[in-house]
This record gives sequence, structure tokens and C-alpha cells, in this order.
Amino acid sequence: MEITATFQKKYTQIEDINKATCTLRATGVGNEELALVGNKLSQVVKIIGDKVTLQVFSGTEGIFTDSEVVFLGKAPTMKVSEDLAGRFFNAMGDPIDGGPSIDGEVREIGGPSVNPVRRLQPNKLIATGIAGIDLNNTLVAGQKIPFFADPDQPYNEVMANVAMRAKADKIILGGMGLTNDDYLYFKSVFQNQGALDRIISFVNTTQNPPVERLLIPDMALTAAEYFAVDKNESVLVLLTDMTLFADALSIVSNRMDQIPSKDSMPGSLYSDLARIYEKAVQFPNGGSITIIAVTTLSEGDITHAIPDNTGYITEGQLFLRKDSEIGKVIVDPFRSLSRLKQLVIGKQTREDHPQVMNAAVRLYADAANARTKLENGFDLTDYDSRTLAFAKEYSNELLAIDVNVVVETMLNKAWELFSRHFQKEELGLKQELIDKYWK
Amino acid sequence: MTTGKVTGIIANLVMVEVNGPVAQNEICYLVLGELKLMAEVIKIVGSTTYVQVFDSTRGVQTGTNVEFSGDLLEVELGPGILSKNYDGLQNDLNKLDGIFLQRGVSSSPLDADKKWNFKPIAKSGDTVEAASWLGEVGENRLPHKIMVPFKMEGSYTVKEVKPEDEYQIYDTIAVITDNNGTDHNITMSQKWPVKLAIKAYNNKPRPSKLLETGVRVIDSLNPMLEGGTGFIPGPFGCGKTVLQHALSKQADADVVIVAACGERANEVVEIFWEFPTLVDYRTGRKLMERTTIIANTSNMPVAAREASVYTAMTLGEYYRAMGLRVLLLADSTSRWAQALREMSNRLEDLPGPDAFPMDLSAIIANFYARAGIVELNNGKPGSITFIGTVSPAGGNLKEPVTESTKKATRCFYALSQQRADSKRYPAIDPGLSYSKYNEYPEFQEFMKSQELESWVDNANLMTNYLQRGKEASDQINILGDDGVPVGYHVHHWRAELIDFVVLQQDAFDQIDQMCPLKRQKYMVEKVLDICSAEFDFNHFEKVGELFKKLINAMKQMNYSEYLSEDFRKYEGEVDILVSEFQGSTLTQASV
Ligand SMILES: Nc1ncnc2c1ncn2[C@@H]1O[C@H](COP(=O)(O)OP(=O)(O)OP(=O)(O)O)[C@@H](O)[C@H]1O
Ligand SMILES: [Mg+2]
Repeated sequence: MEITATFQKKYTQIEDINKATCTLRATGVGNEELALVGNKLSQVVKIIGDKVTLQVFSGTEGIFTDSEVVFLGKAPTMKVSEDLAGRFFNAMGDPIDGGPSIDGEVREIGGPSVNPVRRLQPNKLIATGIAGIDLNNTLVAGQKIPFFADPDQPYNEVMANVAMRAKADKIILGGMGLTNDDYLYFKSVFQNQGALDRIISFVNTTQNPPVERLLIPDMALTAAEYFAVDKNESVLVLLTDMTLFADALSIVSNRMDQIPSKDSMPGSLYSDLARIYEKAVQFPNGGSITIIAVTTLSEGDITHAIPDNTGYITEGQLFLRKDSEIGKVIVDPFRSLSRLKQLVIGKQTREDHPQVMNAAVRLYADAANARTKLENGFDLTDYDSRTLAFAKEYSNELLAIDVNVVVETMLNKAWELFSRHFQKEELGLKQELIDKYWK
Repeated sequence: MTTGKVTGIIANLVMVEVNGPVAQNEICYLVLGELKLMAEVIKIVGSTTYVQVFDSTRGVQTGTNVEFSGDLLEVELGPGILSKNYDGLQNDLNKLDGIFLQRGVSSSPLDADKKWNFKPIAKSGDTVEAASWLGEVGENRLPHKIMVPFKMEGSYTVKEVKPEDEYQIYDTIAVITDNNGTDHNITMSQKWPVKLAIKAYNNKPRPSKLLETGVRVIDSLNPMLEGGTGFIPGPFGCGKTVLQHALSKQADADVVIVAACGERANEVVEIFWEFPTLVDYRTGRKLMERTTIIANTSNMPVAAREASVYTAMTLGEYYRAMGLRVLLLADSTSRWAQALREMSNRLEDLPGPDAFPMDLSAIIANFYARAGIVELNNGKPGSITFIGTVSPAGGNLKEPVTESTKKATRCFYALSQQRADSKRYPAIDPGLSYSKYNEYPEFQEFMKSQELESWVDNANLMTNYLQRGKEASDQINILGDDGVPVGYHVHHWRAELIDFVVLQQDAFDQIDQMCPLKRQKYMVEKVLDICSAEFDFNHFEKVGELFKKLINAMKQMNYSEYLSEDFRKYEGEVDILVSEFQGSTLTQASV
């Protein structure tokens, strides 16, 4: 981050200090302006009269009441240029890969939103090879969608796979509270796939102060806007883990005595998250920003304020779940959803895609009912048993995350499973599709 | 004019020390160099005025100058509103330059240069009052009435109405004289403060006419009436927006106003791209011609989100005063409530349940009360039908916004997670949802006058079958398939038949998405005939076997052009299936 400034105001008397913020008397200070508190980067979050409250990104440990406070006269910025490609930065935008600092145009981060009438309707299918995604929850460039997963699920691996197969011009990783192991994992995947020159990473690991994470999405998305708007590129932004981002928000808001709403999250959580996710866009010039995020859950609870608000903002969610019967992680067809899929399925994919997708999920739901019956000790009907047999194969051959085939193969596989287990009229499909594709 | 200086900033709440009189809800501007950031007064304590800024407050300082405007938050009303894409403050989004929405920019809502062919209605000597029709222009061929401005109090005498000709909105088209003999020039444009209801009508009767939406589970089970109110609560991803879009495309209204309030930009873009190509099947006109979009998406300023629903309602009231039937949709009113919550938290108001403002219920009730069918002062009817969505936190319907809205509305379209998970769209839960209008005698009278007298009875019959089916399947789940009499399976499958054939409807299928009343009546009666038929099953598995085949054939009917060859073919299959089991054929559809 650019922290030199021509015009600086200095103070040396801090009145209040808590874990995330400190307060002092100062004048001529702008809202959201940056400051250095004893060399720690901070930002103005509240002004009452001459009392200015600063959020200290790296935490207030070691700040003295007489530490020097220098106001920098501007909001957070970063430098953008082609040189960003292939580089690794921390939350402040300083290189952490030993390379030189970036030269380029200075831009404010967290900039304005796109005029909705200047957006294009998303229209480019993103193929991942994973049937749980491509068949049931097709992704589209310009979409924003999170993985909802318990912390023990391989979400970062799946996300890295998706990123590598997505054919984006640039991939921007925004890591928040990433474990060092996961950070190194991403790094090695990028390296091994020879994709390093397409990657830009902004990383805050568990070793860094949590409040710093708040800068990561804005950094990543400012870089994304540079490549998508100025260079007309398709940019894929990976944000992991947004739950840790939201936790950092609540740390700050609680320190500022705001009345917390549900699950001790700030009342503005919806707007705070939407501001980030809504940066996903298809521009008319061909550039696009697609956001794939991770929201970790606590014991699968999606009613918690973080996943709940996220679900209301994003265009669907991908739910990972371990299917104990086949011993693999699958993309759960019930709770997963891509809301933009109807823009491409049956249009850029084969005509039978929408109906096949829905029929398979319905049968899978029937199987779930049959399983409940079984668990309650009831006899199964012939139909029940067939749904169970279908579900097992469907799960193993299509839903599992280790599947990597093209959409047409997925559809053919589904028809194969249909005809193996069911009669034509049990599917509720359009007759013309049955006539054409029934095997 | 009053001016002031900023003394405090918490996000978009700004405190201003003022040097003169200010009004609650007055608009002011924070002067930031070249930029003027619009804000609204929301609280006054002594000489400190609290304002909510409709923009980012980045860079605002103590001492920043503030100019008060003397006006409340107003919209401009006149021909040219239809087909426009506005933000929550009625800026015409198409007129703003650049890809990004820059801070502090604004654009005029109407087109000053456009010429309209004005035809007089009133003549000199007529006595008129606020909202009286002076003349008419064709707006996308809809009769757009030019009225005496709503702000004008008392009665006036028409001195002159301009003859038929082309005029621009700021041209004088009439002169009216008040009781003191003062003349007032009337143009085609007027302004109105959005937070006040436009009350220029005689009275507000109870709604009685069905508003055809083409959505079976609404029209046939839980009907919405012209001038009625309803809401759609549901967890995320259960189909609120898809349902609202279906209503905006298909409902039988003259004017449709869609307020995208704190939701996704891509969903609005869908309307931008689709509506100019889609055709209103009743009039053959492009859907965009009757539609105005208020887009205040979730990444746009929170305070403007609060304003956006009021902007939408005021535009609706304007068109209602012309004797038109307006459908107003807001997605999602929860985002509006959250905007209120964010602000009341910053104001450190005493919080109510879930930290929402204490008076949330009253605010919601007042807002819904602005909808309705009215008898205008000239005796003609006009209506605003209002359907909002609610996004309950955690999908829990016991939260304050859902509960408050339930009290303020007559129709409740609850979307269920379970139905959405099993792709039973639209996921309106038949057990929870209701339309109070089914109980209105004036609605039943109206249906009789349309030769649809069994409509409400049929709705009640279906509701009963669904209810019994649910009870039966609960029993089956507890006792097992063969632990219950075969009759339970019949109950269960009757409900499934109604569910698959009437309730479920594919919003993305060209034919199934829109089901006109006549077709609904036909399918409902067909389904009810089957439900009332006595079948003799010797084993429970036989029940499912027959009904699955029936469901399949009747779904094919839904996917086929009404009364087409295919439709008849599948109908034939249904009849054969039924007669095989029962030995009697069902009634045929008549053209
Ligand atoms: N009638 C329908 N027919 C087919 N699919 C539907 C229907 N209704 C909803 N869906 C599916 O459900 C998805 C989610 O619907 P929608 O976007 O309307 O949900 P929502 O309730 O508005 O969610 P949110 O609260 O997050 O905005 C759609 O993208 C679509 O795939
Ligand atoms: Mg929605």
C-alpha cells in the first residue's frame, strides 16, 4: 500500500485504546482516511467532534498513549499494472515473495459500484469437469458463488481444481486467515500447473493479525477491476475464507460499541458482504469478474448469520458433503444451487440438460425418503429400492468431486442411470426428450 | 437557506450543527470540494441535526459545509416514467456516464426535450382540484393523464387548457385560477415527497376483482386481487425473485413497477435484457413499455435503499391516480428494514426485537396501507396491487419483518425450503400459505359474474385434499406403507396429483410458465374429477402406479399448447388410465 503522503498531520496523544481501535483528538481529518499509529497502518472509522477513532489493522498491541499518529490525508490505495501478475502480496499490498514493489497507477481500493445498466447479462459457461457443478449447478462468468463447507472438507482443493480448469485470463487469490499449509498448497498448485504468470495473490495467514483481513477483498477486487475493465480480461477471484473475514468485521464493530444483531455480527453484515460480492460482473467489453468464495460452516449450520447473509447475496452456493455410503465427498444436489445456470444450460449445453438435471435430483430426493423409511424399519417398495440403487450410482459416478468429464458425457451418464433403474413414465420428462435420448 | 457544519461521522450517519430552521426529512447536501453528497434529515436534537447520507462519506471531515435545500425527498412525476431504469432516488441510470456510479452524480428523471401529443380533457370553466384530469398524452400508447398537481390545495377554476398539439413537459398546458383570482400555470411535470401518501381520491373500497397472474398456485388456490396486498417470505434460494419476475411478466396490470431493493444487480440486468424482447400476451406490446424499474441493488448506498421503496410507491400512486391498474413489486422489503436497522443502531435508538427499530411494525403497516384499489374523485377506479418479498434471517418465519408484514397484508405466500430442495417450484407451501380474499363475499360475487362461480369452492376443495394428503403421508411415514389402510395412500396420491399438476409450474418453460384462467379452470376441474373418483385398489403399490402415470400424462398436458393435438393426446391417455381403473370417462375440454 502507498503510505507516503505529501501532506501529513502528526499527533502524540492517544486517549483510548482497545483491541482493535484507538481514539485521539485531531482536526481536519477525513472519514476513512489512513493513518499510521506508531507505524501501524490504521483507518478512520468514526469522528465525533474532534475525537477520531482509528481502526488499527495489525492490532493495537504495543501502541503507547504517546505513540506518534500520522494522518496520511487519503483513503487506502494500491498500485495497479501488468506487473501484478505472478506476484504474492500481504493484506497491505506489500510483496511477500521477495520481489520488487509494484510500479503502476495508484487506485483507491473499495471503489464505486458498476452502474447496473452498464452490466451485461452473464452468458459464458465456466466448465469445471465436476458434474456436481457443471451438470447440477453450472457456473457462469460474472457469477458470485461460495462453497459452503465444514472446516474439515477439502474446499480449498476443490476450489484450486476449479480455478485451474476454468480457463480464466487471471486468477486472483484473496486468502483470509489461510493456514500456512493451505497457502503453500495453493502456491504449489499454481506452480505445478505452470499457471503462476496468471495468478495474483493477496494473502493474510493465520500468523497475521485478523483485522488486516478486512483489506484483502478490496485489494483483490481492485486488481480484478484493473484487469477486467482496463485489459478486458476474464478474471476469477478466489476468496477464502469469508467466514474469517466476517469474524474480523465483528471484532471491529464490537469494539466500536455497535449493537450486534444475530450471532454477534454487525447489523450491517449484509451490506458489508454485498459490497464485496457485487463486484462480480460481466462487462460489455468482454472482461468479467467471477467470484468463487469459501464460507466455512460450523457443524453444517447454514442459519448462522454469516452463511445466511451470504446465501442471500450470492448467486447460489456449492455445498460439499461426505457421502458415507460411497466414501467420497460430493457436491450436495439439495442444498447446492447455481442461480445463473438457466442462462446457459440447454442453450450452450444440450437441450435435455435442464430436465435431466431436475429429474435426477428428484429421484435422488425420493431415494432420501426411502432411506428414511429404511432407517425407521419399514419395508421398501420396489420403487424405493430402485431409487436407492440409482442414488448410489448417481452419487458415485456424477456427484463425487473426483469426476472430471465434459457435460455431454454427464448427460449421457444420467440417461444411462435412468434407463437402468426406471420406467420412462417414472421420470416426468418431456416426451420428445425421452423419444430422443432414452437408452 | 439554512447551512451547517459537520460535527461527527459514523459511516453514513453524519451530525450537523445548523444555523437555522430545518425540517424532518429535509434534503441537504454535504459539500466536498466539487462534489455535493445528498443526505436526508432523520433526527433533530437541539441544534444538532442527524442526516443519513445517500453516498459514501469517505473524506467528509468535521467542519465540512452542509447546505439545506428546503425540500423533502421528492420524485418528479410526468410522462416518460415508463420504461425507465431509475436508482432509488429516481436518477435515470441510463443518463449517467461511465461504467461506474461515481459519487455525488445525479441525472434528471424525465426527458425535458421529448415532445408529447397532448389532448385536452378539461375545458375552461370546469372546477378542478388536486389530481383532476386536465388532459392526456399517450405514453407507450397508455393513456397518461396530465393532472392538477397533488400539492395544490382547495378548488380551482380552469381558465384555459391548451389545444391538442405537441408539447414538452415543462410547457404550460393549462392555466387554473384559485379562489383569490390568482392564476397558476400547469405543466406536465410535478413533484411529490415520497414519504407522504398521495391521497387524492374519494374512498378506498375492499378489493373484489381477481388479478390474473398466470401462476396456478396463486390464482387457483391463493388468489391475489386488484388492489390487494401480499408478500412472499422464504429462505434464500427458494424462489422469491423468480416468482416476482413471473408476476411482473404475466400479471394483468397496466403498469408494473419493480423495486429491486438491496438485491443482486444481475437479477435487475435480467429484466433489462429480457423485458425489451418479451411480449405482453394480452396486448401484444413489449413488456418494457409498461414497466419501470427502480434498481437500488445491494452494493448501492444503504440509505438510498430505504428511499427506493418509497420512490416506487409514489410512482405507483401517480399512475393509480390516472385510473390505471398498477402492480408494484419490491424485492426485498427485508433489505429496506435492514437499512432502517443500520441507521437506528447508529443513532443509538432503543432497539426492538432482533435490533430492528421499535416502530418497525408501524412503518411496514403504513407502507402497505398506501396500496389498494381507490375510487378516484371522478368516480373511476384505479389500483395498486403490492407484493413484497421478505428474506427472513435463517429462514425463520418468526422474525420481526415477517411477523410485521403478515399483519399488514392479506395474502401470504410462504416458500418452503423443503419444497425448493426437492425442486417443487414454485415452492409456495400450500399448508402455510393463504389468501384472505377467498373469504371475501365480493370476490366470490365477482367470480360468479365472470362465470367462474366454482372458483373458490375448488380452491377450498384442493386445500382440503392437500391437507388430508399431508396427514396421510405423515401417518405412512410413522406406520409404514403397509401399516396403514390403502385409503391413506389414495389420500397421499391425490395430494401429489394436485401438487404436481396444479401447484408445480416451471417458470422457465415457454408454455407452462403462463397458465391463463380458462386453462387453470380446466386443469383444476380435471384434477378434482380424478380426486373425487372412487377407485378400487387391492394393494397400496397400485395407487402409486396409477397416480404416477396420471401425473406424468397431466404434466405433459401442462407442457403442451392448450387444446393442441398433443394436449388432446395426453388428455386421452389420462382418460384411458382413469376408465381402466374406474370404468367411466371424464369430461372433455371445450373450446
Ligand atoms: N418456478 C420455478 N421454476 C424453476 N426453477 C425455479 C423456480 N423458482 C425458483 N427456481 C430456482 O430456484 C433458484 C432460486 O430462486 P430465486 O433467485 O428466486 O430465490 P430467492 O428466494 O429470490 O433467493 P434470495 O433470497 O437469495 O434472493 C432459481 O435460480 C431457479 O434455479
Ligand atoms: Mg431473490
